[in-house]
Amino acid sequence: MVSRVAERGMAAIVRDAGIAALVALGVGAPLLGLKTEPAGGGLTLVPRPGLLLAAVAAVFVGRILVGLLMARRALVSPAPRAVLVPPGVGARLGRIAGPAMLAFALVLPFLPGAGRYEVDLATLVLTYVMLGWGLNIVVGLAGLLDLGYVAFYAVGAYGYALLARHLDIGFWTALPLTGLFAAGWGIILGFPVLRLRGDYLAIVTLAFGEIIRIVLLNWVSLTGGPNGMSGIPRPTFFGLPFSMAGGEGTFAGFFGIQPSPLHRIIFLYYVILALALLTNFVTVRLRRHPVGRAWEALREDEVASRALGLSVVAVKLTAFATGALFGGFAGAFFATRQGFISPESFTFIESALVLAIVVLGGMGSQIGVATAAVVMIGGFELFRDLEQFRMLVFGIAMVAIMVWRPRGLVASREPSVALGERRRVDAEHVAEGRG
Amino acid sequence: MSAAPAGVPMLAVEDVTTAYGAIVALRGVSLAVGRGEIVTLIGANGAGKSTLMMTICGDPAPRSGRIVYDGQDITGWPTHHIMRQGLAHAPEGRRIFPRMTVLENLRMGAELMDGTHFDEDLERVCTLFPRLKERLSQRGGTLSGGEQQMLAIARALMSRPRLLLLDEPSLGLAPMVVRQIFAAIRDLNRQTGLTVLLVEQNAYHALRLAHRGYVLVNGRITMSGTGSELLARAEVRAAYLEGGRA
Repeated sequence: MVSRVAERGMAAIVRDAGIAALVALGVGAPLLGLKTEPAGGGLTLVPRPGLLLAAVAAVFVGRILVGLLMARRALVSPAPRAVLVPPGVGARLGRIAGPAMLAFALVLPFLPGAGRYEVDLATLVLTYVMLGWGLNIVVGLAGLLDLGYVAFYAVGAYGYALLARHLDIGFWTALPLTGLFAAGWGIILGFPVLRLRGDYLAIVTLAFGEIIRIVLLNWVSLTGGPNGMSGIPRPTFFGLPFSMAGGEGTFAGFFGIQPSPLHRIIFLYYVILALALLTNFVTVRLRRHPVGRAWEALREDEVASRALGLSVVAVKLTAFATGALFGGFAGAFFATRQGFISPESFTFIESALVLAIVVLGGMGSQIGVATAAVVMIGGFELFRDLEQFRMLVFGIAMVAIMVWRPRGLVASREPSVALGERRRVDAEHVAEGRG
Repeated sequence: MSAAPAGVPMLAVEDVTTAYGAIVALRGVSLAVGRGEIVTLIGANGAGKSTLMMTICGDPAPRSGRIVYDGQDITGWPTHHIMRQGLAHAPEGRRIFPRMTVLENLRMGAELMDGTHFDEDLERVCTLFPRLKERLSQRGGTLSGGEQQMLAIARALMSRPRLLLLDEPSLGLAPMVVRQIFAAIRDLNRQTGLTVLLVEQNAYHALRLAHRGYVLVNGRITMSGTGSELLARAEVRAAYLEGGRA
């Protein structure tokens, strides 16, 4: 009986792999199978059957492997996985992994082997952790698919650059202003999309992101257009600038230490760490607050939320504004760290990357998003040597995560309300309740 | 037609017409729900039952006519404002929050309260539906259909409503579970005097439970009377009961 099922399964897998191989043949024949070579006065087509055959074979074998993997999983757990995965696991993991990651992040610049490159990379990773957490509010908690999140990042960056240039406002004063400015843009985006959901919402937010970028690109008198804005002032340490000259009134001079370029790098690292932790803190707190509960209710069921007396308008706008606020903070940080910004940095691929971090991390999970940011951005750097194969590795990794963990790295969600003492949803309870 | 009970009714729908663009779903519907009454609205698929329910909740707004709740004209008010007046709506298809636990679902129901009565109200709905008590920390999406319906009703009750709107609570449920749920509604009405407007396709059970009933056909009220009167009428039996009796 079992073997018959397995046989029929095997036939289906081979058929499926055959179809995939045919698709690969169709796509690959013009792309891989033919190469243009400059010869004489024009181009000649050189057929490459060997390469094409290898690619088709690789797709066939790969598809069979994926099929076998899925079939085995189906045998092991016939019930839907999402129900059976005890949500407690994520929470338990979070309880250990969260503080461990935080402790590591706190001491990272002083670990042996942490040089300029490592701290810089960690700063970049933390920027994406923060962006991920910010977008997580909109996409993960409120369930509003936003493909234009980079717009708020850009608004924050340009907001700070413009404030600094025209009003001579320092980073620390400008930071809350740019955040509020970005939040205002979040509301401006929110209004026209109040009635939209799902795909339609995604398209409009995508357009919004592009509009902001194109405005920045073309408003040359204000933004410098494609040349960007340079000379953006660096943040000071409670009014003490970082200067290689040392002396009175600088960071190194005040503390009587040798001036080093590393000081500012480490300082910037702690600034973004603090900003990221602020994002996390606010999100975690809001989840237990009526505002955050309303976001999650909206994600779960808009009709029911309305029936329970929630103002869907207010819920959506607060989600957009809060997400944009943190995007704006991250943007201001980006501007002060780089010292130079241009519309190049705010393309759609950034939005896509941040969204990928949120989705791969597991929508709504703070620890999952942080892990995904480390894996994606860190992985990007790790595979730098692979050059053009880097995107391939990246793609394979994403497919692998989606095959193994279709709901993201941390799929569980911790309840925001529990009886008396906060209690996890235990595996036993979940398991017994099927059907 | 039998007269509505004396005094200011809990809910009065007066000559309401609702349309979706060019499609008119309700044509001059009038009905009244007295205090402490269970009133049912029965009708076939597409008769406009759910549209009436949604119109009472303010979305869509009626094209003409008035909706008066507890002596107050609420026509054209935004939904969230209407829901703050002591109405609760258990929408069609249950619509519980699947990834939230049962307890969180109930907490969402109490979102309009200041939280002071939460434990007391929780105890109350758990007494009404003991099945929910065992499942408090379980995710809503993992409940059975009947339990989800109980949760939807319990969630609506958490806001301490004076008027409960129930949209097809028997939808897709086994007859035994339907009886359980209807029994709970009856108990609730008898013990606390809660006013209920029940929209149902399951005419037999609904008319047996309700004090009075209305029949909606193609957006118009065609008959009304006490539950037993309507049950006895040949037209009702022919259209909604013969063969369709649960």
